[in-house]
Amino acid sequence: MIYLIIAIVLGIIMLVAAVIAVYNKDLKTAIIAAGVTSLFASVLYVLLAAPDVALTEASIGSGLTTLIFFYVYNKIRRNNAQE
Amino acid sequence: MQLFSIEYISLVVGFLILLIGIWGILTRKNILKMVIGFSLFDTGTHIIIVALGYVKNKTAPILNQPDLQTDTAHKIVDPVPQALVLTAIVIGLGVTALMLVYAMKLHNEKKTLNIQNYKDLKW
Amino acid sequence: MLRNSLILLVLLGFAAAIFPLLHSYEAKDALTGVAEHYANYGKEEVGAANLVSAVVVTYRGFDTLGEVTILFLASAVIGLFLKASETYTKDTRSVFFKSTEILVTASRLLVPMILLLGVYIFINGHLTPGGGFQGGAVIASAFALLLLSRPQKHFSHKVISVVESISGISFVFIGLLGVLLAGGFLDNHILAMGKFGTLLSAGAIPIIYILIGLKVGSELTGIVRNLKESQKEG
Repeated sequence: MIYLIIAIVLGIIMLVAAVIAVYNKDLKTAIIAAGVTSLFASVLYVLLAAPDVALTEASIGSGLTTLIFFYVYNKIRRNNAQE
Repeated sequence: MQLFSIEYISLVVGFLILLIGIWGILTRKNILKMVIGFSLFDTGTHIIIVALGYVKNKTAPILNQPDLQTDTAHKIVDPVPQALVLTAIVIGLGVTALMLVYAMKLHNEKKTLNIQNYKDLKW
Repeated sequence: MLRNSLILLVLLGFAAAIFPLLHSYEAKDALTGVAEHYANYGKEEVGAANLVSAVVVTYRGFDTLGEVTILFLASAVIGLFLKASETYTKDTRSVFFKSTEILVTASRLLVPMILLLGVYIFINGHLTPGGGFQGGAVIASAFALLLLSRPQKHFSHKVISVVESISGISFVFIGLLGVLLAGGFLDNHILAMGKFGTLLSAGAIPIIYILIGLKVGSELTGIVRNLKESQKEG
């Protein structure tokens, strides 16, 4: 029962974060929100008895993807500032 | 009650995240936002696939207890979707990084990220 | 308005395509088909305690080879686009913020530990959750931390590509050894099976996972490094 409540809470957080990621005007917030969706998805994978997938999602989906997004965002911002 | 089970909730959440991702890809005008939509789409698909492999009240497919090693098929969840998603996440990172670098090159060319300013191939 | 309704139509189409999956979903109480075979005979056939590793490395080993190839292609195309090795400039600024003394000291302490964790994850891939992909990603994140804290540090592209090529070639070579010595491509019976549940068990799976870990780690590190060191007008 407690797992069910956790799953519902995780689902609501993920959906809110996904909507923020698509609709927020600020790109930084959007990137972080997409990372949050991935991070909570990895907790959901643990509830679904998939520890391997949870480990992958936590390290790749929410870690490295967010990092690469920020690298590219920063390059583009710096490129804009040069104009 | 089937509607209120972990796997069904995960299926619905994955389905909704997938739809939000497609909506983001189709409606946003900023190229980086479209890539974010793609990565949400990825996450939603992975949740759906893992949830389809879940079997109620079964443990993870790791046989570290002696009692798991007999009659295993009735005691663990499905390992095949998990293996598929494992590789799909890594490929997803590669594809996302490639798209971001494309976006960077496009920005270097035109100094804009708005997709509506790219009219070279519009017919 | 036409555009919005078209988009809504496409969305509805997607929803209609996936909705039957939700509507006709039935809870299972046991595995069926190929998963049942993997679960019941995986212990005897492969000898890995982690059945996901058994599926990834042995039963579906060919898929994994293709997957590693796709990652290599993505990494190579990114390198080609950014042309990092030729246009490398001494850009000493950090990407996000100015690197501070605290960050440098902390990264000096943390990077070896994170590297050790990554190696632990892929060496124990056949016993505990984890494996080559996760371990490789953890190693790449250790190098990313190094790049963030010490922006003036220059990674040699040569080392990364040598590690990547050698592990890739050895992966294929071990697969071919399986054809010669055992039942087929990437068969893990080329080494002794060992005692179930110990570190030196499951035949060639630990070796293959170490190779995958090195390859994925060097590819992801290469992507991050190329992104950092590309020139602004690249």
